[in-house]
Amino acid sequence: MTPRSFRVQRMTRASRLGLGGAALALVGLITVPLWGDPAGMRRLVELITLLVLAQMWNLLAGYAGLLSIGQQAYVGLGGYALIVLADDLGLDPFLSVPLAGLIAAALALPTAALVFRFQGGYFAVGTWAVAEVFRLLVANTGALGRGTGRTLKAVFPLARETREMVTYFLALALGVAALVGIYAFLRARFGLGLMAVRDSEGASETLGVDVFRTKLAVYLLAAFGTGATGAVIYLNLLRISPDAAFSINWTAATIFIVVIGGIGTLEGPLIGALVFFVLRELLADFGAWYMILLGSLAVSVMLVYPQGLWGLIAKRWDVHFFPVQRRLEIDEPPRP
Amino acid sequence: MSRLVVRRLDAFYGDFQALFGISLEVDDGETVAIIGANGSGKSTFLKAVAGALPAARTAVELDGVAVGGRPAHELVDRGVTLVPEGRRIFPSLTVEENLRIGAYRARAGRWTLERVYAIFPRLAERRRQPGTNLSGGEQQMLAISRGLMANPRLLLIDEISLGLAPAVVKQLYDVLATVTAEGMTTVVVEQDVSQVLRIARRVFCFRKGAVSLFGRPDELSRSRIAAAYFGT
Amino acid sequence: MAWLDTIVQGLLLGGLYALFATGLSLIFGVMRIVNLAHGDFSILAAFLAVMLVDALALHWLLALALVVPAMALLGYVLQRTVLNRLLGRGILPPILVTFGLSIIIQNALLEAFSADSRRLNPGGIDTASLALGGGLAVGWFSLITLLVAIVVLTGLQIFIGRTQRGRAFRATADDQATAALMGIDPRGLYALAMALSLGIVAIAGVFLGVRTTFAFGSGPDRLLFAFEAVIIGGLGSLWGTLVGGAILGVAQTVGAKLSPGWGILTGHLVFLAVLLVRPQGLFARQRRLD
Repeated sequence: MTPRSFRVQRMTRASRLGLGGAALALVGLITVPLWGDPAGMRRLVELITLLVLAQMWNLLAGYAGLLSIGQQAYVGLGGYALIVLADDLGLDPFLSVPLAGLIAAALALPTAALVFRFQGGYFAVGTWAVAEVFRLLVANTGALGRGTGRTLKAVFPLARETREMVTYFLALALGVAALVGIYAFLRARFGLGLMAVRDSEGASETLGVDVFRTKLAVYLLAAFGTGATGAVIYLNLLRISPDAAFSINWTAATIFIVVIGGIGTLEGPLIGALVFFVLRELLADFGAWYMILLGSLAVSVMLVYPQGLWGLIAKRWDVHFFPVQRRLEIDEPPRP
Repeated sequence: MSRLVVRRLDAFYGDFQALFGISLEVDDGETVAIIGANGSGKSTFLKAVAGALPAARTAVELDGVAVGGRPAHELVDRGVTLVPEGRRIFPSLTVEENLRIGAYRARAGRWTLERVYAIFPRLAERRRQPGTNLSGGEQQMLAISRGLMANPRLLLIDEISLGLAPAVVKQLYDVLATVTAEGMTTVVVEQDVSQVLRIARRVFCFRKGAVSLFGRPDELSRSRIAAAYFGT
Repeated sequence: MAWLDTIVQGLLLGGLYALFATGLSLIFGVMRIVNLAHGDFSILAAFLAVMLVDALALHWLLALALVVPAMALLGYVLQRTVLNRLLGRGILPPILVTFGLSIIIQNALLEAFSADSRRLNPGGIDTASLALGGGLAVGWFSLITLLVAIVVLTGLQIFIGRTQRGRAFRATADDQATAALMGIDPRGLYALAMALSLGIVAIAGVFLGVRTTFAFGSGPDRLLFAFEAVIIGGLGSLWGTLVGGAILGVAQTVGAKLSPGWGILTGHLVFLAVLLVRPQGLFARQRRLD
């Protein structure tokens, strides 16, 4: 029997197209400060930060199987860390962003020690309880402004345009770093272990995957990303208060984005974030109806087509812009 | 009159096919044994008939009615009761509660709590204890009685002898013999061939999801059975 | 003496928390689902009661008698039409769907009733108190709430322990596949469980609404307190939930007395402490927290 020759492929035509498209979009985004208006730039920062939050939540729930409804804790912790580092300790506010992420990750460690005792639905509520503890602790701390909160003063010396531009680029860098980072992480051996854990914990354990350490690593990574994003969010907003920073609405928005877009894929949150923003613009005058519609959409997706919008697209056209799988392509045997 | 007719039954666990076109019939009041090695599809067959696994509608016929694919809880109403592999006694229920829950559908018949206690005095002694406090043999007694409490028209029993000492198994089959002698239509899946052949009127041997041999016990020699069992 | 009063207040508060916790615990025991909209349903019940009282000038007890069956029916229908479709699909869908429901309910209440705080007219019962001697007095209403909690728990205990349906609940919680072999249809059972859960949480919501003010966003805190009461008391034990509620109540009242902003936080911290030291709770009957 003549052995068939085969190749292990990563890239498909669609993913090459996707990569090209993404590069173009990136170039476009980099030039925005040249032609965009300040309000538009702030909106973009909002979109990008929400997207990164969604990617982080997706990493936790869609890939590691850790369904957390307490990620708002790290948004708040990142935001407050920024204020403390920049205003109280005099560090450069822009450099404080990754530091804020590190602080959030550091606080994620004792959190994990507690909530990892739970699984499933109880894990979810546990993460929420811890987020509430953080909120109440901050709201009761005089140095952090108690319930009224604080304003970021360290950026005041800068000219407005400069501040807005640097914030924008920081957000863009965050977005790219998050996407690239998660993509690289999933393609690496560690990421494969993660997806194995998601698909079957028991089986992956027998194959030598340390389930606990894998999950812990992902949780800390997500906390870092979420904390850094929280810092960028409040760099953009300048005013922070505990009820806003630790609000469940951060988690509600990210969950809806990921569920509607497609959980467990890299492309899903992208689509979901776009849908979220479009809906928000359309329904801006209708107050709470916006959230009712979004919630209903998310519930319907879970009931009817749990793979989300991207799942629908990917299945129909077998398209993957961020190929994480390796495909086996077997060459046809040469004709005699 | 056929109580159970199975026609070209296929069964799958996801993508994996476990049964390949099984066909057999069980007459009213008959006791049939299904033997075979591990993984031959015996348990799968019982689950498909009982509604615990999906099946094609016409593949399973009970008293002339196509019931394939109906869910298990519905089939209990129609008189199909499966005593599952591994006993599966409810740990949160006492012995008596386990028996009572067997009668959940309140089907009429001769099997009542009193009758069970009369035939199995050991269960009566332990009626208020948690069901899982019993020994293996007693739990099997309880599982079979729980199945009888549903007053089935078709009793399916999956592996009585699993994990039990031979003396206990013999006792259980003694009791089962009296039950089947009363005319209960029974299908028993078993690995311990010698015991089950005592009570079965016909025996089917499964191998790799298909019937490899069938007939009456007195017509089949040991060597033929072994050949069908192991596929030599 | 003031401390004793505080502790007694906390113990009585436990009765209310036990009412909140019971429904949550029941659903989790039978279906392994955590209903993230649990608290929001109680607030929905409170608003429904307010609507009935405003529209028909009813006494709050009469409103309660109407709201509870309505909420029970809602629970039955919700389970049958929506939540039963999520069975067998893993842990993610029920959590996500109930979370979505939570957000929907909160925003719907906001749209319908605005952000104003509301309260049910207690008709004087909230100020009536019973003197216990030694200068100690307890509010009649808190006492009644505790009594109602005990009645509900007893009723539930009898139902689960002595009736055929209750046995079916326990069997299904143990082993759903084998329960089906007994002829138990899980979907009908789950719908009944959800009906009971929402009916009980409706009682909790109305009693909350008489006791204090509430608004569209009051739901999530109720869920957290219910959850904490269940965990402190231990999974699988109905009476443990009452004890858990009492401990949580005492932690909150004592904390509030130490410093006004620290009431709820103290409750959370006690919960976390129990989680650290004895994760299975005080009276656990189930083995794992999942």
